[in-house]
Amino acid sequence: MYQADWSVIPQNMHLLLNGVLLTLQISALALIISIPFGIFLGLCRISKNKLVSFLSTAYIEFIRGVPLLVLLFWIFFVLGRFMQLGSYWSAVLGLAAFSGAFVAEIVRAGIESVPKGQMESARSSGMSYTQAMRLIILPQAFRKMLPPLASQFIILIKDSSLVSVISVVDLTLVAKNIVATSFRSLEVWTAVAILYFIITFTLSQIIRIFERKYKLRE
Amino acid sequence: MIRITDVNKSFGETKVLQNINLVVPKSSVYAVIGPSGAGKSTLIRTINALEEIDSGEIMVDGMSIHSKKTDINKVRTDIGFVFQSFNLYPFLTALENVTIAPIQVKKVKKATAIERGKELLASLGLGDKFDSYPSKLSGGQQQRVAIARALAMDPKVMLFDEPTSALDPEMIKEVLDAIRKLAKTGMTMMVVTHEMGFAREMCEQIVFMADGKIVEVAPPEKFFSNPESARAQDFLSKVLNH
Repeated sequence: MYQADWSVIPQNMHLLLNGVLLTLQISALALIISIPFGIFLGLCRISKNKLVSFLSTAYIEFIRGVPLLVLLFWIFFVLGRFMQLGSYWSAVLGLAAFSGAFVAEIVRAGIESVPKGQMESARSSGMSYTQAMRLIILPQAFRKMLPPLASQFIILIKDSSLVSVISVVDLTLVAKNIVATSFRSLEVWTAVAILYFIITFTLSQIIRIFERKYKLRE
Repeated sequence: MIRITDVNKSFGETKVLQNINLVVPKSSVYAVIGPSGAGKSTLIRTINALEEIDSGEIMVDGMSIHSKKTDINKVRTDIGFVFQSFNLYPFLTALENVTIAPIQVKKVKKATAIERGKELLASLGLGDKFDSYPSKLSGGQQQRVAIARALAMDPKVMLFDEPTSALDPEMIKEVLDAIRKLAKTGMTMMVVTHEMGFAREMCEQIVFMADGKIVEVAPPEKFFSNPESARAQDFLSKVLNH
């Protein structure tokens, strides 16, 4: 029978926490980039300009059709070679580019869920298209976007474990390294699973508070 | 004030507006009536360019609405529009609904806009509803907020697209009273309506539309007692004798 020895976890706690920190850092950076990028893509997608809408749709479809792992490899080995990205920024960029496409679809669905009369009444009071979007449509769309965005961000954090393949020392790679030296795979992977869960669960609770706050108005 | 000249519009094969010509002088109130599908709503929506036109010209206060050279956002601040379905902003209070456009579009000082907004809401009997969200208001109250919202821009013209059609019968009067009060201030208005009593009592001219055309324009006394066209006679016999 396998004798579990959990002492490996406290012994390597500083390494694991560094991993958590890097996972959070990369996910947060990717998130911060993917929100405005996704909003921009989503707005382009519903644009009346055919070329703009085509380019945005093509990007979204392409990204959704390529595995994240392949995208990360491509950015790291192909794009990274021309732009001196390094593994850290390749990871951030890869996750942001990937997540942005999904955020775009959420933004588009959110905007389309706002009744047409809202845009009409904003425009008929003299607002420009941009003003109407910013002041009237997006605040309403945002409320509808929160739940799917929350799941998207949780997916983003979980997907970030893939960046370990381009040698970013995130939580997953830290775990691999500890296992490689201690051979304590049961203990380490269990601990890592719990750490990921703590991160994503905390995030989903924070988002739930936001949702409740917005629902109170209206 | 409003001059519509030779306006045509089609949705695909269907001609929804055919050779529309109409002049609404300053300070007058015109009612647009007719069977559904006549193009009434489409017509009133072309006047502030919510709908494009295929040919012709629409002038409001000397500005050509559909000309590429016209700054449509600027012209629209002079045209108040009230929708059948109110279209209030659900995430803003009644007062915020009224003040957002003056503050953001006309760059009116916030305090001034709020003062004016409160004044308008109070004059429409909504003095105790400043901080209510639209979902907490009745249909009649929502429509009056929508009227206040349009008036907050100090428009030169007010357009109403079936303002009482989405209301319960007991709320129609409060909205019509608000429009009546407005008419007495000398506001130029065009009202698409099914309220024949209101059209007869308040409006200088009745514009009767059917099948995308203006069939008859006449003062209410004449139109309701002695309509010229067979189409109008048929329509009136249906709406007045039920």
